[in-house]
Amino acid sequence: MGGRILLVEDEANIVEALGFILSRDGWEVRGHGNGNSALDEIERLKPDIVVLDVMLPGRSGLDILRDLRGAPDTAELPVLMLTAKGQSRDRDLAMSLGADAFLTKPFSNAELVATVRDLSARIGASGGR
Amino acid sequence: MTDPDTSRRDRLTGTRIRDRRMAAGIKQADLAARAGISASYLNLIEHNRRRIGGKLLIALARALDVEPSVLNDGADATLRAALNAAAGPSDPGAASAGPAPETDRVDELATRFPGWTALIAGQQARIEDLHADLEALRDRLSHDPKLADAMHEILSSAAAIRSTAEILAGEAELDPAWRTRFHRNLHEEARRLSDRATGLVAQFETPLGSDSVIRPVDRVEAAFDAAGHHFPAIEAGGAAAVPQVLAALGPLDAAAADLAAIWLATYAKDAARLPLAELEARLDAAGGDPAALLAGDMPRAALILRRLACLPSRSDRAPFGLAIVDGAGGLVFRRRADGFTLPRLGARCPRWPVYRALTRPGQPEDAVVSVPGLGLFRTWSVAEPVAHLGFGLAPMAQATMLVRKLAEADAATGAGAIEVGPDCPVCRAAPGLP
Repeated sequence: MGGRILLVEDEANIVEALGFILSRDGWEVRGHGNGNSALDEIERLKPDIVVLDVMLPGRSGLDILRDLRGAPDTAELPVLMLTAKGQSRDRDLAMSLGADAFLTKPFSNAELVATVRDLSARIGASGGR
Repeated sequence: MTDPDTSRRDRLTGTRIRDRRMAAGIKQADLAARAGISASYLNLIEHNRRRIGGKLLIALARALDVEPSVLNDGADATLRAALNAAAGPSDPGAASAGPAPETDRVDELATRFPGWTALIAGQQARIEDLHADLEALRDRLSHDPKLADAMHEILSSAAAIRSTAEILAGEAELDPAWRTRFHRNLHEEARRLSDRATGLVAQFETPLGSDSVIRPVDRVEAAFDAAGHHFPAIEAGGAAAVPQVLAALGPLDAAAADLAAIWLATYAKDAARLPLAELEARLDAAGGDPAALLAGDMPRAALILRRLACLPSRSDRAPFGLAIVDGAGGLVFRRRADGFTLPRLGARCPRWPVYRALTRPGQPEDAVVSVPGLGLFRTWSVAEPVAHLGFGLAPMAQATMLVRKLAEADAATGAGAIEVGPDCPVCRAAPGLP
């Protein structure tokens, strides 16, 4: 377990709570709240996993995901999408764009930890990054 | 060959005579005497065993004190259409349990039970209105970005509260500094949730039928849809017939009536510039192909596309759909047909040829598009400047797109089809931000 997670989420209280939970699970957690500069932040931090909200100020999480998948360095980067609308459309779009996992707001902390552990195990199984 | 509908109507004339006579309390023999025929012959007529017409029909009508057409015509076309619509889909598999409505006996129903018939037709109209309301609401729920943002904000607050509360409830040994911080976050987020929920409720409190939910444009569109987008009175009588057609569109509030009057005036102007007979003749000469029709008359391309969307319905041709968009991509006019639609609100797929046409005013485009779940549509689009024409003024363009569903048999045409989404704001095909 361990590594670096970037939470791209503009709700500060969510970042704080999730940051606390994931830190307790052994992760180094950073938060970033703006869609426009999220790609730069990912480039700078080189996280092992990105938790990406769909609706962000500046730029949609789906746009960011598409760019991540289009760039060789981040094409395989594990992305956990946070969708909130309860609409299958967001989820379908994220799936077609190549998201690795989803959580629908609101979710339990246990669900989050389990999903992140699962993603982490998959990285391990595929030889790590 | 006798049209079965006509022969049934003839036969039912007898039933109508009988019903009228009995309602008026006249004995069969008395009516027969007044009309100058024998009672036994009237009996045969009343039981639909003898056809009647001409002088005898007029004599019986006079004796019953009604117009001959009342005895002869049966249910009028509008009533018959409403009853058939109420009978539901023609596909028997889709019908609900129980015996199917006897649609071949509509005239009989209308003649025997005018009160019940009017009630059924009225209920059918109400059902269609409610369908229109429902569709407008569904349109709003799926395409209104304000509503989507509001829901996202509320669920984000709920997510923050849930995660924070779980930490506070589950972590017995939580550091006091963290505990204080999470308590403060919880308090802050609860207030935010309360504000956001109140805001959302305010959006829904807008009463149904008000302009923000079902707008005049939706009501007028529903009225045009009901009329099949074809107005014979205007085709025949021009702009002078607009008030009469407007009145026949049904009860519209002032805002909707104003808009309908504008649309009908445009219809009248278009009909004067390109009369129906000329359009039909030229469409036939073009082998039914709008592209061939346009090629011979490019300066009037948009007019031709609009007129094709107003053709009278005929069993041997599918209706055209139409979309007119302004320079900002806003939907100015829409005729839905065979599954074709463009959302009035929110995101629309920029790959529809009507939007591409906006970038090339004057240049028509004939393209096949593929819509997931709906199939293939052939489209004919052109944009033209419509306003602000003159020296020193920037023209404003409007694009018109005619649409027709392609049959399964034409699937081969789909090889080079443009894939469009019904309402995709973000998709693989979209170019994204530069």
